[in-house]
Amino acid sequence: MEFNATLLGQAITFAILVWFTMKFVWPPLTNMMDERAKRIADGLAAAERGKQDLLAAEKRVADELNKARQQSTEIMLGAEKRANQIVEEARETARQEGARLVADAKAEIDQEVLRAKETLREQVATLAVAGAEKILRKEIDATKHADLLASIKAEL
Amino acid sequence: MASNATDYIKHHLTFWNSAHETGGFWSLHIDTFSISLLLGFIFLAVFAGVARGASLDKPGRLQLFVEIVIDMVNTQVKEVFHAKSKVVGPLALTIFCWVFLMNFMDLFPVDLFPMIAQWIGFTFFGMEPHHVFLRVVPSADVNATFAMSLSVMILIIAFSIKAKGVGGYTKELLTAPFHASHPIGAIILAPVNFVFQMVELVAKPISLSLRLFGNMYSGELIFILIALLPIGAQWVLGAPWAIFHILIITLQAFVFMMLTIVYLSLAVEAH
Repeated sequence: MEFNATLLGQAITFAILVWFTMKFVWPPLTNMMDERAKRIADGLAAAERGKQDLLAAEKRVADELNKARQQSTEIMLGAEKRANQIVEEARETARQEGARLVADAKAEIDQEVLRAKETLREQVATLAVAGAEKILRKEIDATKHADLLASIKAEL
Repeated sequence: MASNATDYIKHHLTFWNSAHETGGFWSLHIDTFSISLLLGFIFLAVFAGVARGASLDKPGRLQLFVEIVIDMVNTQVKEVFHAKSKVVGPLALTIFCWVFLMNFMDLFPVDLFPMIAQWIGFTFFGMEPHHVFLRVVPSADVNATFAMSLSVMILIIAFSIKAKGVGGYTKELLTAPFHASHPIGAIILAPVNFVFQMVELVAKPISLSLRLFGNMYSGELIFILIALLPIGAQWVLGAPWAIFHILIITLQAFVFMMLTIVYLSLAVEAH
C-alpha cells in the first residue's frame, strides 16, 4: 500500500475516460437503441392496427354481402309479386273484355232477332193479307176489312 | 528455494516505479499508469468506434455486444438512479468496462508480461533482469482503485450540492441522521451528526476501493503462489482458480459500478 502520484494520474485518466464516454459513446448509442426500440414498438403497433383494419374490413364485406343478398331476395320477391299482379290484372281485363264482347254480341243478336221478327211479322202480315186477299178477292174488300186485318196483324 | 520463492513473490509485487527506489509521493507507478491508460483507450476505441459506425437496422456482432453491455448498465442506472443525469450512465459504463479490463489482466499468465519486459529491458537497455519490475493488474494497485473511488466521492459531494444546494447539503450534514425537535437539542446533535456523516462519506470510497483492491491483490497473489508449484501441478490449481477468477473480475467490476450508482442516487435523494 503505497500512495503516490499514480493516484493523480489515474484520476486524470479516469476523468478523461468518463468525459469521452459521456461525449462520444453513451449518447449516440443509447439514442440509437431508444430509437430502435421505438421503431420496433411502432412496427408492432402498426401490425396490430393492420390486423384490426383487416378484421373490420372483413366484417364490412360480410355485412355488405348480407345486405346485398337480402336486397336481391327482396327484389326477386317484389318482382314475382308484381308479375303475379300483372298476370292477375291481365286475366281480369281479359275476362271483362270477354264478358263485354259476349254482352255486345248478345245485344246485337237480340237486336237482330228483334229486327228479323219485325221483318218476319211484316212479311207474314203482308203474306197473310196477300193470302187472304187471294182467298177473299172475290168476297172481301180490303178496304172494308182493314180493321180486321190490323187486329190480326197485331196478334202476329 | 525458500529465499528464492520469497524473492520471486517480492519481485512480482514490486511496481515499476519512476523513481529508482520506491520513493516519495512524486513518483509514478509506470506499469499501473500506462497499462490502465492503454486499457482505457482500448475501451474507448471499441465503444466509440462502434458508436461512430452504429447501424440502427443491421447491427453487427460487435455492435450487439456493445449494446448488450450498455443496455445492462442502462437498466441498472434506470432502476437505481431515478433523478435525471447525463453523467451517471457514462460514468457507470466507464467504471464497469475499465475495471473489468484492468481486472482481466489478472488472467494472463503471471510471468508472461514480466518476462517480456525483462527480456526487452535486458536486450535493449542493458538492464539487469532482476531490476525490471512490471505489475500488469492495475486494479491490484491502491492508487488505481482509490483514484476511482475518490473521484466517485467528489461526485457524491457534487451531486448532493447540485440536488440540495450548499445550504441544504450543509443542513443535512448537521441534522441527519439524528433529528431534534428542540433548537438546543439540534445544536447539541449537530457535531454528532456531522461526525456520523463524515464517517459515512469517507467510508464509501474506502470500502469501494479496498474491496476491489483486496480481491485483485489476493487473486494475483494466489496466481503467483500457484506459479511456484512444480510445473506439472500448476494447472490443477491454476485452472480452477482462473475459471473462478473470471467470475470474480466481472463481479468486482459490476459491484464497483453498482455501488457507485447507489451512492450517487443516495446523494441526490433527500434523507
